[in-house]
Amino acid sequence: MLQYILSKEETLVMILIVNDKRHDVDVSPETPLLWVIRDTLGLTGTKFGCGIAQCGACTVHVDGTPIRSCITAVSGVAGKKITTIEGLSPNASHALQLAWIAEQVPQCGYCQSGQLMSAAALLTKNPKPTDQDIDNAMSGNICRCGTYQRIRRAIHRAAGERRG
Amino acid sequence: MESIINRRTFLKAGAAAGGGLMVGVYLSEFESEVSAAGSFEPNVWVKIGSDDRVRIMLTQLEMGQGVMTSMPMLVAEELDLDWNKITTEWAGADSRYGNPGFGGQQLTAGSNSVRGYWKLLREAGATARAMLVTAAAQTWNVPESSCATDKGVVIHQASGRRLTYGALVDKAAALPVPQKVTLREPKAFKLLGQSPARLDIPAKVDGSAEFGMDVKLPNMLIARVVRCPVFGGKVRSFNGDKAKAVAGVRHVVQISTGVAVVADNYFAASRGAQALEVTWDEGPMAKISGADISKQFAEKAQQPGVVARNDGNVEASLKTAAKTFERVFEVPYLAHACMEPMNCTADVRSDRCDVWAPTQGQTPTHLAAIAASGLPPQAVKVHTTYMGGGFGRRGEADFVTDAVETSKAVGRPVKVIWTREDDLQHDFYRPQTYVRMWAALDASGNPVAWMQRIVQPSLLKRVSPQGLEPTKGIDFISVDGAATLPYAIPNLRVEYTEFDPGIPYGFWRSVGNSVNGYVTEAFFDEVAAAGGKDPYELRRQLLAKHPRHKAVLELVAEKAGWSQPPARGRFRGIAVHEAFGTIVGLVTEISVNSTGAVRAHKITCAVDCGWVIHPDTIKGQMEGGLIYGLTAALKGDITITNGRVTQRNFNDYQILRHNESPQVDVYIVPSTEEPGGIGEPSTAALAGSLANAVFAATGKRIYKMPIRPDQLRSTA
Repeated sequence: MLQYILSKEETLVMILIVNDKRHDVDVSPETPLLWVIRDTLGLTGTKFGCGIAQCGACTVHVDGTPIRSCITAVSGVAGKKITTIEGLSPNASHALQLAWIAEQVPQCGYCQSGQLMSAAALLTKNPKPTDQDIDNAMSGNICRCGTYQRIRRAIHRAAGERRG
Repeated sequence: MESIINRRTFLKAGAAAGGGLMVGVYLSEFESEVSAAGSFEPNVWVKIGSDDRVRIMLTQLEMGQGVMTSMPMLVAEELDLDWNKITTEWAGADSRYGNPGFGGQQLTAGSNSVRGYWKLLREAGATARAMLVTAAAQTWNVPESSCATDKGVVIHQASGRRLTYGALVDKAAALPVPQKVTLREPKAFKLLGQSPARLDIPAKVDGSAEFGMDVKLPNMLIARVVRCPVFGGKVRSFNGDKAKAVAGVRHVVQISTGVAVVADNYFAASRGAQALEVTWDEGPMAKISGADISKQFAEKAQQPGVVARNDGNVEASLKTAAKTFERVFEVPYLAHACMEPMNCTADVRSDRCDVWAPTQGQTPTHLAAIAASGLPPQAVKVHTTYMGGGFGRRGEADFVTDAVETSKAVGRPVKVIWTREDDLQHDFYRPQTYVRMWAALDASGNPVAWMQRIVQPSLLKRVSPQGLEPTKGIDFISVDGAATLPYAIPNLRVEYTEFDPGIPYGFWRSVGNSVNGYVTEAFFDEVAAAGGKDPYELRRQLLAKHPRHKAVLELVAEKAGWSQPPARGRFRGIAVHEAFGTIVGLVTEISVNSTGAVRAHKITCAVDCGWVIHPDTIKGQMEGGLIYGLTAALKGDITITNGRVTQRNFNDYQILRHNESPQVDVYIVPSTEEPGGIGEPSTAALAGSLANAVFAATGKRIYKMPIRPDQLRSTA
């Protein structure tokens, strides 16, 4: 995949593929992906929580794998397929988004984009996760409002509906 | 229920409350649409358009506690609205919307949204309904008593004629506002007691919800503020050259809270902040560390405090009783650690100032912006956003000062973003507290004396300009949950001693109860054990005159299967505590492994919060409040080294995670009592039940929070 192009001013410009859309971004290569997504592309669904990959609020997918965008230099993901919460589904129709509403999961909601992205990656790999699988996949995502029990229920619900 | 209400009451209350801070009413999209076509607006809360759309104003701010849904439900119940047709709109800083529970301030805190507004909002709905019924009755020339309402329609029952509210707006608007309205009895509620889907949730599953962090303005710059790591420290001098050399950094300016590095984007601001050279005047706090503070607390506790409650003769009883003992409890400073770090956006011009804040209080935000901008109140406009957590932290306005001062200094819109390190190291912490407890038992093992001495900074002083003078030295926030102890013990005294070591402190979810819920319920368990009593049965016995407490206790015991032993390797603790007008009973089931680590498996929770608005929100707040309390009890500890906070981020200020999180089962006691708060009470009750479970598991009493594995390891 092409990672850079030359701009009109003959500087190297990075190519980012975010939610299936190409963006040519002229930012310093060590900029964390999080801030390119938020500040440069204006997609604010991905959140800043800690800056050191401890809370998971900034979780996005890179080629389908959940990563912490707050510590990922943008240069490392140029040309790769990046998915944010805004690109998880058209019209919030992903089984997990529907389950999140059905279980009335979010409270403050700030961590939930990251929770959903971690859960979506889990279900792609493991369509019928056990409680242990959920613990393993989701424990990097902190929820300060304590919605963990509802998140667990919603993941099971989405998994059930997928199979059903 | 009857109450007297009219338009003048609303306006008068608003003017008295706001102290002259009323800002102009903002014309919304809804406003401009419906005003053209005719509308009915009997009070500041509700407006009905001729197209049947209904707008309900929101003043309580949403941080996940569900007010965006529960508050309009109060209006909709009495007005008999079609819930699917309502729209809501946020009020700005506007004294007409002040919280009667906070002297008219617009503040979302103290579990005081429903408690503060339920009557006002229901009266607003009932008033509007009465006028619409009158309008319909006059139209049909029938008695009002022959008309009913349902889902936005007035119905003449005998003839079956119907008129929608929208068709009645012009006629209703011309009627006088009734002086008296009758509110529904709880048993007649149609909407209250149901759990319609929360209105804020759809935007929180697709990334579209706008938090303060997400505010974007044309021409906006991003700033980070570099603060003195030592509390009370000041900038001695700074050199911004290296910061300005970072690409994208535009300005380096000193503000009252530190030095702001202002840039095109966050990453540049962040690198600029790292490059900034500042020399601090660290001040006297730089010599203070945690051990000094704890020692001072212990010294203060040697002298009697101010008496907040005094039943019988505690001293005599402690001298003469068959058995007496004393214990010391200590709890640490705690950070709020909202998921969304503090931030604020401001656009200060020569003649106006706009502020976008994820805040719990329009009033404190407004006041801070007025002070920092130097502009008159009516030139300062507050816009609110969703909050990524509040827990008391966002009732402060330090982040507003940051943004307004910085925007003013650079002449452009600025969003100030705090790092997680800023957030944990510059909080207004739940204060460290030192508590001495004494008990006396008679020869049969019944408690005959109970005494509690609380040494804590004064939370009341943070909100009361007169400090502790009007209460003669008693901080009723600090003794909340202690002086209100419900157990029938004949000799009972509670004392308070103010001591402030100089670390910023503030309101942390459940406030004084966060200490007293733990201390009283953990100590009560020890009192029961010392007298050879079952902790559940002794509570029941001593709550005979508090039937609501007793019912909550009995329900939680029944639901948790208290009469049956837990599974092998599992241990349970029980607690009941009232806070903010709500009684919570808990049975917490744990195990303790060979390293001394405590794992909570299941928490059974019974709650009596009066008549219920939205049961699922109550369950959510119980669940979340318990996890918040569990995090604090197992992990929460802000420590001070040389006047600064030792912890930096979530790696050393840890938050309970998915894999550590218990199952929580919540049972709501049916009630027709006045509503209590729901955001905080479960947090207050958790630590006591947990400490009691730890005792059941290990035989060790917990006198110091948090509960650390090394406290318990030797028994494994």
